[in-house]
Amino acid sequence: MRIPSHSLALTGAAALSMSLLAACGGDDGEPAAGAATITAGDDKCEVGKKDYTAGVNQFTVTNTGSKVTEVYVYAPGDKIVTERENIGPGTRVSLVVQLSAGKYQIACKPGMVGDGIRQDIAVTGVAQKGVDPRVEKALTEYKAYVIEQTNATIAETERFAGAFKAGDVGRAKELYASSRIGWERIEPVAESFGDLDPRVDAREADLRPGEKWTGWHRLEKALWKTGSTKGEERYADQLLKDLGELKTKVNAVRLDPPITQTSMTNGAKELLDEVATGKVTGEEEAFSHTDLVDFRANVDGAFKVYELLRAVVQERDAALAKDLDEGFTKVQDALKKHEKGDGYVSYDTVGKADRKVLADAVNALGEPLSKLAGAVAK
Amino acid sequence: MSGAGLSRRRMLGYSGAGLLAGAAAGAGLDRAVSSHGDGRSPGTAIAFHGPHQAGIATPVQDRLHFAAFDVVTDDRARLVRLLRDWTAAAAAMTEGREVGGGATGGVAVAPPDDTGEALGLPPSRLTLTIGFGPTLFEKDGKDRFGIRERRPAALVDLPHFPGDALDPDRSGGDIAVQACADDPQVAVHAVRNLARIGFGVVAVRWSQLGFGKTSSTTPDTQTPRNLFGFKDGTENIAGTDAALLERHVWSAAADGADWMAGGSYLVARRIRMHIETWDRTSLQEQEDIFGRDKREGAPAGLSRERDTPVLGRMKPDAHVRLARPETNGGARILRRGYSFTDGTDGLGRLEAGLFFIAFQRDPRKGFVPIQRSLAADALNEYIQHVGSGVYACPPGVRGPGDHWGRTLFA
Repeated sequence: MRIPSHSLALTGAAALSMSLLAACGGDDGEPAAGAATITAGDDKCEVGKKDYTAGVNQFTVTNTGSKVTEVYVYAPGDKIVTERENIGPGTRVSLVVQLSAGKYQIACKPGMVGDGIRQDIAVTGVAQKGVDPRVEKALTEYKAYVIEQTNATIAETERFAGAFKAGDVGRAKELYASSRIGWERIEPVAESFGDLDPRVDAREADLRPGEKWTGWHRLEKALWKTGSTKGEERYADQLLKDLGELKTKVNAVRLDPPITQTSMTNGAKELLDEVATGKVTGEEEAFSHTDLVDFRANVDGAFKVYELLRAVVQERDAALAKDLDEGFTKVQDALKKHEKGDGYVSYDTVGKADRKVLADAVNALGEPLSKLAGAVAK
Repeated sequence: MSGAGLSRRRMLGYSGAGLLAGAAAGAGLDRAVSSHGDGRSPGTAIAFHGPHQAGIATPVQDRLHFAAFDVVTDDRARLVRLLRDWTAAAAAMTEGREVGGGATGGVAVAPPDDTGEALGLPPSRLTLTIGFGPTLFEKDGKDRFGIRERRPAALVDLPHFPGDALDPDRSGGDIAVQACADDPQVAVHAVRNLARIGFGVVAVRWSQLGFGKTSSTTPDTQTPRNLFGFKDGTENIAGTDAALLERHVWSAAADGADWMAGGSYLVARRIRMHIETWDRTSLQEQEDIFGRDKREGAPAGLSRERDTPVLGRMKPDAHVRLARPETNGGARILRRGYSFTDGTDGLGRLEAGLFFIAFQRDPRKGFVPIQRSLAADALNEYIQHVGSGVYACPPGVRGPGDHWGRTLFA
């Protein structure tokens, strides 16, 4: 259950992103070039211009009043497009928002209460729909991550398989969970390659009649249930062979199917789905109860995708970025409680109340994460 | 708004649409809905906006989905934002419209805002009623949202009553939402969508489905029966009796918490019924226990359901006798309970009972004295209170700019 040293330092990364967010906000800075002004006083809300072009729009908000204020951009029906809270008297912040054609309202809320002072604005035209170079860069980096994690899982699995084939049950048990981390981080990509996923990661309960059971969980059962590796050695070899096939596929010049913007962003959501349906319930690791290691790896993989796209999300849907920052932090905090040594406690020792806390945190992150693909595609 | 534009109400030729023909649409919608004052016809919409929340004096609908939530953030602004989002969604759903950008027609790679299972169904008299539990004001000694001082004295922690076997996992909660509708799918859709909007701010603590109303607030209709087979709520407070509602149901500014003026206090109790032993009880004993006859519902010794009960003719421990206002210093509550059956209990017995809901101006003068009096109730041999909650339901949402809890968080 050891977490390898190349494991993503999730907390550190989240903190870094937070400070970047503050920097983007441009608090107390000069008005950004090309930005429209919003002057928010105690009894006024002046907007520099009323007509905007569809696409990314930037506002510079200056609080000239004596109260802390907040500024909202509302679509019809008071649907919040973006918001900025806690703008202190005398401070200036910037607000970046992606707007499609339509009518909107800017609301300043001195004292951060009530419906605010409203100004109507209109947005016309069609947003430029070129390929965002930042998304291209994220895709390139994500492909490198997939290869890195594949290599890591193979290296760990070679050690695990070595102990398994040597009949060293104790050592193999120690190496089992960590051998899966790289795989769990990139599982949606691995799942896209036909029957590779069932060969490597099928659970006994999910087998169809007549289907042959191979992969990690077969070895897991031998170690924890049977307590012997005898006669099972060839499945360790088969697992390594199948992972080799994964390596070939992810290193192909033209991936089939390719990793796209949508598959990458939806992959992050799918990783949380994996946690919600398999790990929180303790079904994934029925014999070893190492579910929390998989849980963490799934969250790491989802966070990697978000981290690569965070600047884009921040620009297109700042409220979503805030929810995701908070959501990842909360899941991480909930997991932290169950850390033990380099890994996590056995999941069968985690009680119902603690499982509810984990499930709530997963739901709280999964819901905004399901909006990532849409936000990036905007 | 393309998906949401075509509302369920319009698709079904909602009866209000006729009234609207020729009138200025949009602005007229709310009034058209409000004009269905009696709100009796199944399928129609109940006005969401008003001085009081709908779902209290509203004629009782057939189905219930009640949910209690825990707030999982300490961020007051985030909580208020959720209450705004919830209010917008609730206003849409009670009108039969889809939530947010609708169930279809949004970005293809993103999940739709509305979950969609109510598409094609009429508004079904859906009402959504919110209440704030004691723990929202203070939890484990912590004033999470700066509202500890605003907790009304009437929002008491309910005392232990003899026989209580309360399951903490089916009790309490920082916020409760009562969804009532004539179609169960509409009620479930409403709670599901609110829970979804709330992820990250609230988490569902427990929830309860109710399949049949056990009390009516419309005295001229047939009084419904509970799972013991008896008519329940014959003398309930009528939703049209303004004087009784003012006196016993609606909170007033003078009561101590001005933000609750026009609101009410909800007491919920999950009451397990020992169905199997009840069914083996003789008719005579059943009628003695209730103090009414089984078929007509007439008070003991009388012939018609609405004959004024003569308490002296009932057994001293008869349920009706102990629950009557004259036994309890005039205490009255508006009951809105539902029968539930959650399968079986693992011992081959029905996991069934009454999900009791009562609204009152002050639980200290309503549910608490009545329940104390019921300690001697002969019915106690056949029931057990296994879940409990008390919530302060704020006044109604006044209009599109208003939101649930505005008076509390102002």
